[in-house]
Amino acid sequence: MPNMNPKKNEMPTQPAAVRAHNFSEVALGYEESVAVDEANRCLNCKTMPCVSGCPVNIHIPEFIAKIREMDFEGAYKIITQTSSLPAVCGRVCPQETQCESKCVRGIKGESVGIGRLERFVADYHNTYSKEAPEVPVPNGHKVAVIGSGPSGLTCAGDLAKKGYKVTVFEALHLAGGVLVYGIPEFRLPKSIVKKEVETLKALGVEVMTNVVIGKTLTVDELFQMGFEAVFIGSGAGLPNFMNIPGESLKGVYSANEFLTRSNLMKAYKENPDTPIMKGGKVAVVGGGNVAMDAARTALRLGAEKVYIVYRRSMEELPARKEEVEHAIEEGIEFRLLTNPIEILGYHNDADPRDPKNGFVTGIRCIQMQLGEPDQKGRRRPVPIEGSEFDIDLDVVIMAIGTSPNPLLKNTTEGLDVNSHGGIIVNEDGLTSRVAVYAGGDAVTGAATVISAMGAGKVAAKAIDEYLSNK
Amino acid sequence: MYKIITKKSLNPTVTMMEIEAPLVANKAKAGQFIILRVDEEGERIPLTIAGTDKKTGGVKIIFQIVGATTEKLNHKKQGEFIEDFVGPLGTPTEIEGLKKVCVIGGGVGCAIALPVAEALHAQGTEVTSIVGFRNKDLLILEDEFKACSDKLVVMTDDGSYARHGNVTVPLKEMLDAGEKFDMIITIGPLIMMKFVTLTAKPYGVPVTVSMNPIMIDGTGMCGGCRLTLNQDGKRVTKFACVDGPDFNGYEVDFDEAMSRGRTYFDFERKAHEKVCNLFKGV
Repeated sequence: MPNMNPKKNEMPTQPAAVRAHNFSEVALGYEESVAVDEANRCLNCKTMPCVSGCPVNIHIPEFIAKIREMDFEGAYKIITQTSSLPAVCGRVCPQETQCESKCVRGIKGESVGIGRLERFVADYHNTYSKEAPEVPVPNGHKVAVIGSGPSGLTCAGDLAKKGYKVTVFEALHLAGGVLVYGIPEFRLPKSIVKKEVETLKALGVEVMTNVVIGKTLTVDELFQMGFEAVFIGSGAGLPNFMNIPGESLKGVYSANEFLTRSNLMKAYKENPDTPIMKGGKVAVVGGGNVAMDAARTALRLGAEKVYIVYRRSMEELPARKEEVEHAIEEGIEFRLLTNPIEILGYHNDADPRDPKNGFVTGIRCIQMQLGEPDQKGRRRPVPIEGSEFDIDLDVVIMAIGTSPNPLLKNTTEGLDVNSHGGIIVNEDGLTSRVAVYAGGDAVTGAATVISAMGAGKVAAKAIDEYLSNK
Repeated sequence: MYKIITKKSLNPTVTMMEIEAPLVANKAKAGQFIILRVDEEGERIPLTIAGTDKKTGGVKIIFQIVGATTEKLNHKKQGEFIEDFVGPLGTPTEIEGLKKVCVIGGGVGCAIALPVAEALHAQGTEVTSIVGFRNKDLLILEDEFKACSDKLVVMTDDGSYARHGNVTVPLKEMLDAGEKFDMIITIGPLIMMKFVTLTAKPYGVPVTVSMNPIMIDGTGMCGGCRLTLNQDGKRVTKFACVDGPDFNGYEVDFDEAMSRGRTYFDFERKAHEKVCNLFKGV
């Protein structure tokens, strides 16, 4: 008999008051018995609606069945048939809008905690399994993958499993892309990303860091070097700013810069080599997951007060509900229907050498109200005249999206991009260039880890078909 | 890991290193930069490429010991390794078609101005070089400049060597005397580049400046290197790592760039002291 409890087993977490001051993981993961109990909530539907909600089509009821049987390694094997990064996905996927949104149990109650179970299985494997993955028989074909973020790693993993010799080129000094520079330690420990990358290396994937394709080497040179297909997963590029006065003041960061300093460059540690402005009052402008990550990072770095400044209301906030709830529990204040119009700074005209000159002192905002829906159906925020007010601040972090990086477009002849700069691909991920595929944020603009993984997967399949028939 | 093939002290505060990085050496052009990390915990710092040797795969960097990272780098010996070295980043200096150019370098900026002067000289451009230093002890690369310049003027701020004064003095004299440059290319402290631009302005000579702001990734991801250009009355944000590092001097907001450059002044001073104490007695 399935467990008919209408509620998911709760995810144990560090208490908000404690975790607000450390960078350890917030969610602690299920115990074995809890995982089995949760697995028993799955009705094992024949139609498997959950699978259709997963961008990488994990065989969800099958792996959950293995958990019920307490065959956790078996569950891991089922997940890794289709997913290269289970420990990552189990943590950062927005399951509530994907697999879990299709779960039959969700109709009368809460869906099965699929994401939590996936995480449990991956962590179990990473803790207990000493087994090296089976190295596939080489098929003699070479594929280059540009970027070691979620789309690149997925594409590399899928191709390596089929026997391709895959080389991943990473511009930074560490593999993982947004998983290491963007998503903070408390949401995705770096040791987990490292472990997933090591698993890929054990499959024969080679990772070359410090190589910027478009600069160090070009796409055309990759073909000259003997690679027969190229996958571009170079991710999102330049951060957007609001183009309001004061954005060049000291203390104004893009979320990318702030998070990179803290995550990749370890500025959160004591006595770091890389500086970051911490403490004081911080506002993060934006309402996505990146904004939540930046706000919660600022808090953990020792800010006395952290605001989220967002121009729409709570209902339109694009971040995952869980992240928003965590942020609120930790004491982050949401200033909704609020739009910055100017960043204020310190200027001592009498003494140009005053060391405080040019630093942020606050932000001038205007109150908004929701008007008519826009093309996407979201109600457009409209400023309320005369409602301007100031918030005192030391740091402002802009988390309002990114535009695709122009590096590859500028150095790869015949690579077509759309008006936003995103690389144009067909349904197989094929670009306007023969044997050049692309996926992830480089194509779509800023999106989720799992959609990037889905794109990496689609492209891997297409590359395999292309090279098998060549 | 990247090997230090050669190391040479050019003056008490400036060091030249040649790092083994064949892929970078193969591609680098004058005006481009690299980013390096000295060790596993190190910060990423951008340094402009001072020369390359395709045969040995060596990439030359010349740096001034100004902070914790350059101090640590300077303690590395020939034959030792640094953790990371990536490039070439940024766009090369545009020199095609230039017939007569004035190259102006200040301090350690001369190390970056030199490959530009050499590239100009190699394509047959008439090169006038003006190089300035605080004093005689800080002078670097005089012979190298002599070799690639049709005319060389050396200046020291205190008059301890060659001509007394800053680089704008001979520039103004030449422009007053009717010298017609297609372009002035200047690389050095922001304040110097600002005044070179102001000096050239009445004469309408185009000025290219090389910006070296705070950076992390250097590939157009973090936005830390942003600067403001005044273009046709509009304020436009640009990113030095992908749009630069060269910019039209007349458009750059130098005062803002100088202010932003001091963001971590306190942190850097303390970090440098800490590293110096660490190396005391070593």
